[in-house]
Amino acid sequence: MAVRAGRWVRRHRVAPYLLLLPSLALVAVLILWPTVQIGTFSFQNYGLDQLVGASPTQWVGFANYSQILHDPEFWLSLKLSVLSAAAMVPLTLVVGTLVGLLLARLGRKMAAFVSSVAMLAWATPAVSASVIFVWLATPDGGVVDWFLTKVPHWLGGGAHWAGFSWTNAALPAYTLATALVVWTSFPFIAVSVLAGLRTIPDELFDSARVDGAGPWQVFWRVTYPVMRPIFQVLFLLSVIWDFGVFTQVYIIIGELGQRDEYNLGIYEYSTAFQTPPAYGLASALAFVLTLILLIITVGYVRASVREGALL
Amino acid sequence: MRPRSWRRLTRRAGLNLLGLLVALITLFPIFWMVSTAFKPDTEWYTLTPHPLPSHPTLSNFGAVIDGSVIGLPYWNFLKNSLFVTLVAVFASSLIALLAAIALARFRFRFRTTYLIMLLIVQMLPQQALVIALFIDYRSWNLLDSLVGLILVYTTFALPVTIWMLRNFVAAVPRELEEAAAIDGAGPMRVFWRILLPLVAPGLVATSVFAFIFAYNEFIFALTFLGTDTAKFTLPIYVQYFYGRNGADWGAIMAASTLFTIPALAFFLLIRHRLAGGLVAGAVKA
Repeated sequence: MAVRAGRWVRRHRVAPYLLLLPSLALVAVLILWPTVQIGTFSFQNYGLDQLVGASPTQWVGFANYSQILHDPEFWLSLKLSVLSAAAMVPLTLVVGTLVGLLLARLGRKMAAFVSSVAMLAWATPAVSASVIFVWLATPDGGVVDWFLTKVPHWLGGGAHWAGFSWTNAALPAYTLATALVVWTSFPFIAVSVLAGLRTIPDELFDSARVDGAGPWQVFWRVTYPVMRPIFQVLFLLSVIWDFGVFTQVYIIIGELGQRDEYNLGIYEYSTAFQTPPAYGLASALAFVLTLILLIITVGYVRASVREGALL
Repeated sequence: MRPRSWRRLTRRAGLNLLGLLVALITLFPIFWMVSTAFKPDTEWYTLTPHPLPSHPTLSNFGAVIDGSVIGLPYWNFLKNSLFVTLVAVFASSLIALLAAIALARFRFRFRTTYLIMLLIVQMLPQQALVIALFIDYRSWNLLDSLVGLILVYTTFALPVTIWMLRNFVAAVPRELEEAAAIDGAGPMRVFWRILLPLVAPGLVATSVFAFIFAYNEFIFALTFLGTDTAKFTLPIYVQYFYGRNGADWGAIMAASTLFTIPALAFFLLIRHRLAGGLVAGAVKA
């Protein structure tokens, strides 16, 4: 029996499909199907009554979407998502690249030491990192405010920083979130840049230097062009991660308390899970969020394909 | 000393100093967490912060471990987290290995489609999917259940794990398998004796990613576990603990330390194998 089954598998070349089956089943049921459901709910009046079966779900056409478009809270949350990503992505990339370039110039042991320490920041769980940063920036007794009071006046420091709250308004809260995101994600960029730098032959740098190029020129004329595909992928990954940042912001703004500090993901989450739950409306928000990320992802996939990752 | 080598020496020292500075700044938040965890309550808020506790105490850890805040000891949550994480890592590694073998060893229709599908699926925002999954889990009776979490963690770890493992499987020379097959070994024997030992470093590297993802995951646990405190995993526990004890920073940092240190220790332990594994994974056959 087993032998015959084995023969059937070989003759019909079903072996690869059998091997893919478990992963496909899980991904289909727990990722693809929910995605379809989000799309469906976004055209329905799905709320608490519909969840418990008290009243039937009704199709409402584009009502949820038009409600979003006329909702100032949606535009505020979208603005915060876009602006915070616009701060987080370049800062992470610049810091990560600079550390990567530094690592390449350090001796073997020192480079190994610095990169392992940096990877500790990367491996620190988001919840811990967020709680730590809130503690560092707490208005009474936090190290950040203390440090800022000691910074000379012409650098923006001074006594007025004593007791400054970093979580009560959107701008300071997202400044703190940006510091946190840069701290967590620069190591990954640095290590990737280092790995990329190691693939560039030394002769390329030597000849550029012989031609009289300074470090700035060497970077833009040699390093960047050669590593362009790597930077492209790192850029797109950072945009995707930072636009969808949830846990860190959720903890920094103090769960779902301060509505004027919501980013798009948190606004969508609170619409779904704060009473009264509006799953239909939240699904429309989720769909918008997903659509934005998918558009960026298409760029990422194309960059990966160009790099030959699919071969 | 000649000026040239002198200049080289100062340059070297300057770079090392800079590297040390980067390491110190990066390490500072983690250091501050551990240091606060050992400080008695009189030392949390001081006009001039001290890096080290002047009267180190274990009382913060005591409060966390005996569970005086939530009513349940730390071990309960560590147990939940380890159970969920280890099962999810094992299951996702196994399922991903099967898929990786298919994708690296066979040419078949929809192969590229499947790979691109995984790439896209991996980018879908979890805070969006959690709405539909919450509704599904409610009707499948999987809310407030660690098994429900395991299913989600296993699935969401798959795309990255499959992509990474695919390169490791492809790096195993096909000739080895063919030679074994000629010597009369069946497919199962080839898998256990040839492929699995050679892919093992890759499995270690990918399982680290699955581990970090499952151990740290927040959104699903927050949404699915709701108010059932006894089932909380460590991330939800730490967040809940922090929400409940707004100003008890010593205990909050102790809880956070007890959550973070296992992850960092595991990471450091496995780092060398990880570096080797990542390099091997990057070198495509």
